[in-house]
Amino acid sequence: MNRMRTRFVVLHVLVLSLLAVLSVRLWQVQVVRGPEFVAVATETRTRDVVVPAIRGQILDSAGRPLVRNRTGLVVSIDRTRLDRMPDAGDAVLKKLAAVLGSTPESLRERIRSCGPGVARPCWTGSRYQPIPVDDAVTTREALQILERQEDFPGVTAEVQAVRDYPGKTHAAQVLGYLQPVTQQELERRQGLKASYSGVDLVGRDGLEEIYDQALRGKSGLRRVQVDRMGKVIGVEQQVAPITGDTLITSIDAKVQAIVEKALEGAMQRSPQADGAAGVVLDVRTGRVIAMASMPTYDPSVWIGGISENEYQRLLSDKSGRPLVSRAIKGTFAPGSTFKVTSVSAMVKDGYPLNGTYDCPGAFMVGSRPFHNFRGIGLGPMNLHTALVKSCDTIFYRAAYEMWLRDGGMKPKPKPKDPMAAMSRAYGFGKLTGIDIPGESPGRIPDRYWKKNLWAATRATNCIRAKKGYPEVKDGNRAAFLKQLAYENCLEGFQWRAGDAANFSIGQGDVLVTPLQLANAYAALVGDGKVRSPRIAWALVRPDGTKVKEIVPPVIGKLPIDETTRAYIKNALSQVPSDGTAAGAFGGWPMNLVSIGGKTGTAEVYGKADTAWFASFAPTTKPRFVVVVMVSQGGMGGSAAAPAVREIYEGMFGFGKDHAPAALTEPAKRLPVIKPDGTVNR
Amino acid sequence: MIPATAVPRRRSLASRAVGEGSAVRRMDGVLLMAVGALCVLGTLLVWSSTRTWMSVEPTGLVKKHVLNLGIGAVLLSAVAMVEPHRLRAYAPVVYLIAMLALILVVTPVGTTVNGSHSWIMLGGGFAMQPSELAKPALVLLLGMLLAEPAEGTDRPRTLDLLLALAASGLTMALVMLQPDLGTTMVLSVITGGVLIFAGVRKRWIGVVAGAAVLGAGLVWSFGLLQPYQVARFTAFLNPASDPRGVGYNSTQALIAIGSGEVFGKGLFHGGQTTGRFVPEQHTDFIFTVAGEEFGFLGALTVIALLGVVLLRGLRIARYCEDRFSALVAAGIVCWFAFQMFINVGMTIGIMPITGLPLPFVSYGGTATFANMIGIGLLQAIHIKERSFAG
Repeated sequence: MNRMRTRFVVLHVLVLSLLAVLSVRLWQVQVVRGPEFVAVATETRTRDVVVPAIRGQILDSAGRPLVRNRTGLVVSIDRTRLDRMPDAGDAVLKKLAAVLGSTPESLRERIRSCGPGVARPCWTGSRYQPIPVDDAVTTREALQILERQEDFPGVTAEVQAVRDYPGKTHAAQVLGYLQPVTQQELERRQGLKASYSGVDLVGRDGLEEIYDQALRGKSGLRRVQVDRMGKVIGVEQQVAPITGDTLITSIDAKVQAIVEKALEGAMQRSPQADGAAGVVLDVRTGRVIAMASMPTYDPSVWIGGISENEYQRLLSDKSGRPLVSRAIKGTFAPGSTFKVTSVSAMVKDGYPLNGTYDCPGAFMVGSRPFHNFRGIGLGPMNLHTALVKSCDTIFYRAAYEMWLRDGGMKPKPKPKDPMAAMSRAYGFGKLTGIDIPGESPGRIPDRYWKKNLWAATRATNCIRAKKGYPEVKDGNRAAFLKQLAYENCLEGFQWRAGDAANFSIGQGDVLVTPLQLANAYAALVGDGKVRSPRIAWALVRPDGTKVKEIVPPVIGKLPIDETTRAYIKNALSQVPSDGTAAGAFGGWPMNLVSIGGKTGTAEVYGKADTAWFASFAPTTKPRFVVVVMVSQGGMGGSAAAPAVREIYEGMFGFGKDHAPAALTEPAKRLPVIKPDGTVNR
Repeated sequence: MIPATAVPRRRSLASRAVGEGSAVRRMDGVLLMAVGALCVLGTLLVWSSTRTWMSVEPTGLVKKHVLNLGIGAVLLSAVAMVEPHRLRAYAPVVYLIAMLALILVVTPVGTTVNGSHSWIMLGGGFAMQPSELAKPALVLLLGMLLAEPAEGTDRPRTLDLLLALAASGLTMALVMLQPDLGTTMVLSVITGGVLIFAGVRKRWIGVVAGAAVLGAGLVWSFGLLQPYQVARFTAFLNPASDPRGVGYNSTQALIAIGSGEVFGKGLFHGGQTTGRFVPEQHTDFIFTVAGEEFGFLGALTVIALLGVVLLRGLRIARYCEDRFSALVAAGIVCWFAFQMFINVGMTIGIMPITGLPLPFVSYGGTATFANMIGIGLLQAIHIKERSFAG
């Protein structure tokens, strides 16, 4: 038995060492590397779900919603889960299509990533986030999906806030729209990545883009426990999302609707019209009360992914590119509406305000005659009448004289260029700085601009000057173009007398946006200060606490005295009753609300004229500036002024439909949002 | 042989089992308590690991487990009451029954569970795994065959040795047919252990070891191993090679145990366990629940308790007066030691993954019975010794 004893000792030692090995290894795994495994465990066991905050509403100045939220049951597909399936999710999509009344192919299209060669519908966001495929499912459909999760792996249905536009197409370009965040945007914008939930959207264009940060709110976080199948089995940590701020704008929904209706009517009346814009400003504050652009569209097309056809339609020339706001991005020659700057420039340059000026049928600018409208001479008159009757030749002469004083073809080193300088003081030729993106600065041409343009186009012009335009069939036109190219090649850098003359009546190379014109008129008939207009009025918490009030900043002052401004305002006040807009304002109760304004008819080479009417009311103490532009509309007095009249009719309640006055003076106070979120109107 | 303390008066079975001077009273208390503690811990761990997926009845499997333990306790007491010389006499019969059951498994009567064709369904939700019962049966048979040394030596006779090898070879072959690699390895360790303790010549040991290696080689070359078994070994050598596949088990097991740290997350509070990240957690990977929910201290306690069982078993084996008892006790210790080491080792990444449950802790029916029979055998030997010593 002794040998056996030895064997038992050996076995004893063996067992003890096995136990020791296990213990040491256990110590290593649990004590030494414990924290490391804790981290890995947390990672495998939990999923962070960012809970998107409800996006703030956008209200008008009376607290009416321009953009609100409705709750929608949204069905989303997790593509990463689908991709892992042996059939790439075909079976799931087939079942889902049956529930949603769609086809597997169309679902497949919606969840593919956008990229070169992939037409919409496609997904612009990250492929690792659930892709919404339907945002208007019924409760029954949602339950079918949620209750049979085993049949629909990777498909979820949840209640989400979806943007709702009660005004449909109204102010579409002002409001902007929402789209999934692209990878580039995520990387560019600090802080977005952290608060980004994978399902929420980012504001594109309009107020949605500019005030995205405030509207977005702060996303919450839900750290959920999942089992190894990815099924949620509990919530470990929860941080509630903070709803975004409500944006109160100075837009008045009723006036906005009136403006859009008036623009629509104006376009119908002018068969050639291809676009129109209208702006209503609060003269005293510089706030935007209405801003519209035609054609427009319903921004709800963006919700839940836009179809390729719809998207192409929005971008196409045929539909008039409704995404583009002509009020801020459309640049047009202002025509006679521009004469207020020319008068200002003349007075500033020493022309007597109360002097008498001859208005012949034509004025010789150098060797070339420049004609009045229809070549009719109106005889001697003061500047007041020059504005009311819209005489051109007085301004041609003034511009020519100024041009000569600047040295003519051999300019002085520092030409005064009084008219260009004055128009810049009115805010033309630069951005107004309004709080929506995509604004165009327009163009104030001068010697410097001409020189730059010449440098940029000389090469082509000089080739054309030699070779002509053999592709142009019309012989006369080809000859004209060749002559033009020759002149531009040779002396295109020169600011000629004709350029100066054209400038003075808002023709030639001058381009302005409807907003710029409205803003300039607001400065003229208001306190003489140029403001950067604002659409947003205030940001408030959903319970009504004010976060921030937005005041349009003063960015300049008109360099003319009070008397001159009053004189011009006075002259314009006569235009609707006795001047070029008299036809449009026949029968208007001037004794109740007197209106002033200026028509503009700008010639566009190869197209119908641009019709303008820039107005203000009441004339005594102006509160509103209303500008309407009809592209290819024809005469300002007959195409644009009637639309302006319609707008005033609606605002003051003088319409044929006997509707009550929409807004007789701009809102003075912010609408009060009560703590429960309702609005005190 | 009637023990000196035996009472001549006829007593009821219950009284004989637990009454004054009964088998239970004369058992090794420390061994019994260690096993009892392991069973209690095991029940809690089984409960924790099954409560989340037994959605209809969260305690359903635990109840079944407790029932199994109860049956096991009865088997333990019953075996403990049998005297070793009777056990020796019954050994061939027990072995034959076990072999018949194993043969029955490979016939259509057997059922495949988890890729292993090793079950016989008994109906009513009960099933039997004959390969588990083969372990104590083989221990008994080897003990019997090798107990009688050759004339004038303390080595077994060659004929007995050959018989023993044949018996163990037959058992292993039948188990391999299922195929059950883990149990085959346990059987080979039992065989090796008993042979060494029986004092078989070193050259015989060499021959047997060589045969084992050769057999393993043949199994490998004839492709008798299932692909998943090969994969388990590759995954053990390099777990990162396939973290979603076979390596998943060992990776998840390590994460669960490691994340328990020193004090654990508390019973029912293990996130990995609740999320069922470790497969087969109530059976083969029960130790991961202990690691996560009871921490290093708790897991160490489990190992310590298993250590107590092994050391008490060794103590019993060591003080045996007859060779049969010593060989059986040694075989049982080898069995438990190997199975514990492989099972715990695979959960903490030092052993390849083999389908072996952790004795007394894992959920199981037949396995629990087999383990309890093993303890019963040790207790029977212990009772006999005490009666000699007393």
